[in-house]
Amino acid sequence: MSESAITFKDVEKSFVKDNGSRQVILDKVNFSIPAGKTTVIAGGSGQGKSVTLKLVLALMRAESGQIMVAGDDITSIRGGKLKKLRTRFGVLFQGAALFDSMSVFDNVALPLRERTRKSEAEIKKLVLESLEQLELLGHEDKFPAQLSGGMKKRAGLARALQLKPEIMLFDEPTTGLDPVMTQEIYQLFARTQAQIGYTSIIVSHDIPKVFNLADQVIVLHNGNMDVFPSPEEIQWSQKTHIKEFVKTTMGEIYQSHLVE
Amino acid sequence: MRVNSVSRFGGTGISVVADLGRMGLYLLQMIQGCFRMPFRFSEFMRQMSFIGVGSLAVIFFTAASTGMVLGLQGYYSLHKFGADGMLGSAVSLTLIMELGPVLTALMVTGRAGSAMCAELGIMRISEQIDALDCMAIDPFRYLISPKLLAALISVPLLTVLFDVVGIAGGYVAGVHLMGVNPGSYIEGMRSSVTNHDILLGTVKSFVFALLIVWICTGRGYLVHQIKGAGFGARSVSTVTTQAVVLSSISVLIFDYLLTAILL
Ligand SMILES: Nc1ncnc2c1ncn2[C@@H]1O[C@H](COP(=O)(O)OP(=O)(O)OP(=O)(O)O)[C@@H](O)[C@H]1O
Ligand SMILES: [Mg+2]
Repeated sequence: MSESAITFKDVEKSFVKDNGSRQVILDKVNFSIPAGKTTVIAGGSGQGKSVTLKLVLALMRAESGQIMVAGDDITSIRGGKLKKLRTRFGVLFQGAALFDSMSVFDNVALPLRERTRKSEAEIKKLVLESLEQLELLGHEDKFPAQLSGGMKKRAGLARALQLKPEIMLFDEPTTGLDPVMTQEIYQLFARTQAQIGYTSIIVSHDIPKVFNLADQVIVLHNGNMDVFPSPEEIQWSQKTHIKEFVKTTMGEIYQSHLVE
Repeated sequence: MRVNSVSRFGGTGISVVADLGRMGLYLLQMIQGCFRMPFRFSEFMRQMSFIGVGSLAVIFFTAASTGMVLGLQGYYSLHKFGADGMLGSAVSLTLIMELGPVLTALMVTGRAGSAMCAELGIMRISEQIDALDCMAIDPFRYLISPKLLAALISVPLLTVLFDVVGIAGGYVAGVHLMGVNPGSYIEGMRSSVTNHDILLGTVKSFVFALLIVWICTGRGYLVHQIKGAGFGARSVSTVTTQAVVLSSISVLIFDYLLTAILL
């Protein structure tokens, strides 16, 4: 496989509960995310997918292990260097994390205003363009509190894509969207990735549809990661929890291949 | 049982020290943030209007009533010794050196400090600050330095306003209501207030402004790390209460310290 954009080496993450017991989220996991490709992270609710993304961004710190991004170990760098490393990322949070006292337009324009030297006219053009792509045109003066759940997601998406980052992290980009919109978002992903060539990590429950985009699939289960170099391979796995996962998410049709 | 209470005591001690450490680090980061470019001038103006202009009415009212009470009270005490002529001096020194800076700081804490704390707390718990971090936009430069600079400018100005209105209030009460000689009120004030006294009042108001912004924004910014504050909306409300109480108490403590050191 091509060179990797992100590499997890023996990463451990757990939370200490109030009663003192530990909840292990990642148990010495190892995997790498190939550069310029799309990796889909799947797994049940509460398994630690969002936590994994936060580890990549150093919003949370792992107890041990290394997370290499572009040659730097993100678990040990801080301050200015960390800030520099983060400029490589674009992020869509699970809850969208829009700035709730700014309009949709200002939210989407923020990264351009703060991180580039573009003129206000250029910014306006870019922002309206991406709002149009995401069918938010006409809503640019609304505030996040006045948006539906799916609209928030789309506004967060527009904001994340503005700076044309090297690595995109999407936490459930299509949850709360209707099937048509979901399909359009996937097409948008495919188009922008072809344009910009970013590495993308998509956390999603939208299986099997999201597999159309996937070059690599990672299934997170009880602190372990199972890595599949292509979505097809997931069907041939002999592990019981993967079989179960395939059966419940993709249905019997896929299973029948196995039986043959 | 005993071990339990010892360990609980120790645990509380550790979390207090950790909290102080975080607040200290926060202070440094906040000050560094003021020197990062580009400066957000429009946000700074908005904060000036919120902290400064927005507080005019409450400062005016507080100052007028404080000044008038000082006028009446001062007259009552001084008249016993036949020292009516000292009223101007007493009222103005009390206001310029103590009550002006302190009461202004307490009013600004209640009005603007609590709002800053709640705003940052909500931004923290709804991942908006994480989002800023991820966009590599420094939250200290972006959110906090405009507030700090606006407070450092507007709190001393509000203090001056407080002093002036308070002295006028004292004049109204002393001269118009109690019949103190107007010339002696003015002259008493002019002869007793020195540059040093004004400097002391000004230094105080700068220090108070720093304290208010540090404590109020810091509690909000660090809401997720404060032990025992709870989660969600409740954590923000707990922390806002804490911020107002802590910042008022530190204003009073620093008032004493600065008076003791600089007088
Ligand atoms: N800050 C935290 N403190 C303690 N526990 C946490 C924290 N954040 C997450 N967890 C726990 O870690 C586990 C994984 O959470 P995470 O948000 O990563 O799940 P997820 O896989 O993204 O699920 P979903 O698909 O529902 O979004 C959960 O059990 C959650 O309770
Ligand atoms: Mg999640």
